[in-house]
Amino acid sequence: MELRFTPEEVAFRNEARTFFESALPDSIRKKVQRGQYLSKEDMVTWQRILNQKGWATPMWPQEWGGTGWDAVRYFIYKEEMNRANAPEPLGMNVHMVGPVIINFGTEEQKRDFLPKVQNLDIWFCQGFSEPGSGSDLASLKTSAVRDGDHYVINGQKLWTSGAHRADWMFGLFRTDPNAKKQRGISYILLDMKSPGVTVRPVITMDHGHVVNEVFFENVRVPVKNLIGEENKGWSYAKFLLGNERVGIARVGFSAGRIAYAKAVATRTMVEGKPLAENPRFREKMAMLEVELKALEITNMMVVAGMKKQGPTQDPRTSVLKLKGTEIQQALCEILLEVAGPAAQVHERAFLDGNDELISSPEWNATAAPSYFRIRAATIYGGTSEVQRNVVAKGVLGL
Amino acid sequence: MDFDLSEEQRMLKESVDRLLEDRYSFEQRKTYTKAPDGWSRELWQQYADLGLLSVPFDSKYGGFGGGPVETMILMEAFGAALVLEPYFATVTLFGGCVRIAGTEAQKDALLPKIGEGKLLGAFAHSERNSRYDLADVQTTAKKDGSDWVLDGEKTVVIHGDCADKLIVSGRISGGQRDKDGIGLFLVDAKAPGVTRKGYPTQDSLRAADITLKGVKVAAGDMLGESGKAFPIIERVAQSAIQALSAEAVGGMQEMLDITVEYLKTRHQFGVPIGSFQALQHRAVDMLVATEQARSMAMFAAMMVDEKDDAERAKAINAVKVHIGKSGRYVGQQSIQLHGGIGMTLEYKVGHYFIRSTMIEILFGDTDHHLAALARAGGLIAPGTTA
Repeated sequence: MELRFTPEEVAFRNEARTFFESALPDSIRKKVQRGQYLSKEDMVTWQRILNQKGWATPMWPQEWGGTGWDAVRYFIYKEEMNRANAPEPLGMNVHMVGPVIINFGTEEQKRDFLPKVQNLDIWFCQGFSEPGSGSDLASLKTSAVRDGDHYVINGQKLWTSGAHRADWMFGLFRTDPNAKKQRGISYILLDMKSPGVTVRPVITMDHGHVVNEVFFENVRVPVKNLIGEENKGWSYAKFLLGNERVGIARVGFSAGRIAYAKAVATRTMVEGKPLAENPRFREKMAMLEVELKALEITNMMVVAGMKKQGPTQDPRTSVLKLKGTEIQQALCEILLEVAGPAAQVHERAFLDGNDELISSPEWNATAAPSYFRIRAATIYGGTSEVQRNVVAKGVLGL
Repeated sequence: MDFDLSEEQRMLKESVDRLLEDRYSFEQRKTYTKAPDGWSRELWQQYADLGLLSVPFDSKYGGFGGGPVETMILMEAFGAALVLEPYFATVTLFGGCVRIAGTEAQKDALLPKIGEGKLLGAFAHSERNSRYDLADVQTTAKKDGSDWVLDGEKTVVIHGDCADKLIVSGRISGGQRDKDGIGLFLVDAKAPGVTRKGYPTQDSLRAADITLKGVKVAAGDMLGESGKAFPIIERVAQSAIQALSAEAVGGMQEMLDITVEYLKTRHQFGVPIGSFQALQHRAVDMLVATEQARSMAMFAAMMVDEKDDAERAKAINAVKVHIGKSGRYVGQQSIQLHGGIGMTLEYKVGHYFIRSTMIEILFGDTDHHLAALARAGGLIAPGTTA
């Protein structure tokens, strides 16, 4: 048992730290730290910087531009990226559609899509959820009916993150209405500029525009955009669930928020003294730090296991999602409490990435919207309740 | 980074697991509690024969030369079996004091004997008013020529009733709660002036209140430097918390396993109660707490020998906070999910609940360590706002 990083791993950490600190544009770093929204241009700029370094898609196979790192290095990379307040490369591209194309796509699909997905020349969104299909995703109804060498798509997707920015969608569509739930679903790539696609924004409590409704009215998609076999789409989507577990706990992100909250607390006066000196506040923070430390070690244990056995369905990955999201929410709650009355001001322009403020100090300006937004963390990617169902069945055998 | 056990560590784990599987069923354990000491002398000798009693000691003193990971392996197994024997008192606390602060002569005289199972020790430190303050020592140590004389009263000395030797803390100088001015003394448990009142503790272990009246201690039986014992006591307490964290995890895993098994077999309304989602989710939260506690026991093993005093202290605070909180959660839920049967002494799960409650109290409870960690600034340094 060796509970610390090897010297090579420490050297890599230093390399990553130096790179992220020097390569990340200051304007983007500030936005991430302040909790402001990133523009599409910010995301594209950063992903291309990463790609130049060869770090946009580290866990892809090397022939498609992966780095050949083991899980520990990837873990370090993620943690250092978070630590530097760098945005993560677009997850839909890097973790979701990329690996599916690599594993189940044709050679032509790989050639056509992978380099552009990697460089964010194409922005992908995910068309999974529908109005009647949330946790019970396999009940989805949007249909793709074969018509010669095209599919004709009709129906509606919901909660589609980034659809308004996306060039393409990867989606699940029902190709066999008579088959049992999971069996009649296909995984299809769709050009968002296709006639019959309508994107309507859904504005969330934070007044942010991330998610959308997407309507399909007789949208014609070439059959060559089908991934793998028709009606096997569910298994490709499930394959993704085992993916991207290393970063799911977002320990680095939460550690950064804690450091930030402590800094904000030194500037926040309560009854003539900095809040940072208040014992109750300090204990609250300390408790979160303890929880986060436990999560960090759990994360390292999962990662070390992956280094040896490759991706596994380690039951602890559900712990990472459950606890990781709870901690993220608790931190945003604390930042809201720290802001106090200043949290009331709706700093719309600032939130969108401008420097102007109406009234609040810049370190309080996004406290309320960040708190509102983070409530989604225990809903997306499988609600906490569904996670518990999965663990109860799969791990405890209940 | 590698969390797998080495070949030697695996063998250690297998040998302790095998022994406890053979000899520590819940029924067998009941018979040990009825022995005069409240534990099994015969098993103690078996631990010695397997080398378990010398695990943390250097091979120079006939030891196994193990570190915190080896301690973790043993204590987790002991926690899972609810072991009654005085390993914690003799090896972790008494042996820990000697290992950390003893002279060569003291180590030569004591450590091999502990390893052979021929010497039982106890750490007579806590007093009625000291609560969790390690520096709070009223027992006095006065110079008498080159010797020392101890007077005072120690309370809830774990396994102090059966110990052959005690390590007693005494105040040489300063006020009641000063860190400076404390000494540690090796005292024969049968020395003139030592009286012991032994009694059972909630968790079926044993402890003693010990009165010292004019107890003479030779100069050579002081541990460490005169008046400078506080850092030793702190180190021993940190080692104790590391060991307890692993023991707690062993117990939590058992509580989880027993509870899940019960959910599968207990039928109400014509179905196993484990088919109810409200209970499933509670069981999952027990699993989450247990896994997180395991990670903190690992963290304790990583940090207990850390050279930076402040970092080590904060890490151990964090460990005890988490173990206390998660142990309480897992324990309470394990009783609740069992219903009535969980309340009874006939049934195993309550015994784990009791022990985990006692572990939370030992060497500082959750609030105590949380306050200490908060005062010290927490685990993460403040960042900047720009």
